[in-house]
Amino acid sequence: MSNLLSIEPVRILTYLVGICAFVGANAAYLVLAERKIAGRIQRRPGPNEAGYGGWMQPFADVLKLFAKQVMIPPGTDILLYCAAPLMVMAPPLMCLAVVPFGESLVARNLDIGLLFVFAFGSINVMALMLGGWASRNKYSIISAARVVSQNVAYEIPMLLVVITLLMVAGTLDLNELIRQQAGGFWNWNLLRVWVNPLMPVTFIIFFICMLAETNRAPFDMAESESELVAGAFTEYGGMGFGVFFMAEYSNIVLGCCLGTVLFLGGWQSPLPLAALSGPLWGPVWFLLKMYALIFTVMLVRWTFPRTQFYGLLNLSWKILIPLSLFSLLLTGAMMKLPLVLQRLF
Amino acid sequence: MNAVAYLPILVQIVLAAVITGGVIAASHLCGQRARPHAIKDSAYECGVQSTGRPHIRFSVKFYVTAMLFILFDIEVVFLIPWTFVYRDFLAHHISIVGPMLFFLGVLVLGLYYEIKKGALEWER
Repeated sequence: MSNLLSIEPVRILTYLVGICAFVGANAAYLVLAERKIAGRIQRRPGPNEAGYGGWMQPFADVLKLFAKQVMIPPGTDILLYCAAPLMVMAPPLMCLAVVPFGESLVARNLDIGLLFVFAFGSINVMALMLGGWASRNKYSIISAARVVSQNVAYEIPMLLVVITLLMVAGTLDLNELIRQQAGGFWNWNLLRVWVNPLMPVTFIIFFICMLAETNRAPFDMAESESELVAGAFTEYGGMGFGVFFMAEYSNIVLGCCLGTVLFLGGWQSPLPLAALSGPLWGPVWFLLKMYALIFTVMLVRWTFPRTQFYGLLNLSWKILIPLSLFSLLLTGAMMKLPLVLQRLF
Repeated sequence: MNAVAYLPILVQIVLAAVITGGVIAASHLCGQRARPHAIKDSAYECGVQSTGRPHIRFSVKFYVTAMLFILFDIEVVFLIPWTFVYRDFLAHHISIVGPMLFFLGVLVLGLYYEIKKGALEWER
């Protein structure tokens, strides 16, 4: 089996089928899960007609989208208009390739995994901007401007938080990052308060930034339905729209994967028992943690009202960036402390 | 890893784009194709007829935040190598905290100045 997997075309094919199935199934059923949760929160049943209890709803949605016209409205910038869906969907597909779902369950174990994820993750912004710009629709253009200023504002605290972790871990390899968090939940980066007392706060900053980067409520300025119809992808029809929608959910999956890897110990079991760890338990723990994060993302969307745009930018520039900078410097100081004490005594 | 080792990743990039393109192409083949119509082809702006140029002008605040971003992004880019060599430099007693604090201090001063100048006050 491992011999077969080492042949390059087989590996690529396995990756392709695996990631596409994972992303497809997640995008389809997370939409359903979200609508069900929304229904439960708003005291209504949610989709329950298609199939038993609404379980066939994703298929009905996809079939409907396939039956619609993929139209290129006259007056659009055709090249950019067509490139935007490709650019929005390809990065999450790429990034999930380096995410280790288990110790050996990773499509490409890169030594620069984290850098890779952030490099490709930031293409998303450009895609939404180009899509909005090329649509020759005023709402789309307003949305594009908002997406750019929102995403760039939240990228900085996110990167600062991540390099705080890098400073402690000293590696960009995602699998190595997880291995360093072995030995029970008190060793997860989330609770490593002896490295940096602000670790739980950095996780919260990361989570907020992840919500903003994926344009989710309460930060969904890009697609604020009540103001801008559908934001940057108002003018897209059929699967063109479907791709943007799938990309949104794939980005949530990716963001929650990253949160799991960086803060929640990835495939490590919460208790250091031999019976609960191993190659089979790894993916189970990983997926449990990931879906718990995704559930929180959905809960946040349906519990909090949408923020206003300037409040959104102020939160990032006036609170999150100074706080994450402080946390970074605090980590540096904590690492220098033993040396200072050594010199004194 | 040498450059050849990253070649499969290039293949994956192309394939990821091809899959997405394939989905849209399939949708184009399966979907209906209605004849063009003046109303159908016009921009959808909540049913109100679109007037004026579609490419409107932005508030200058957007440019200010973009400039702020460029400054801070470059700062983060410089911080990444700093975090990697930090432990080694400390172990070898090479001064690294002071220069970085100076670098960060200049930027934080800049941010403070921008905020005081009202660059982030969107209400005005």
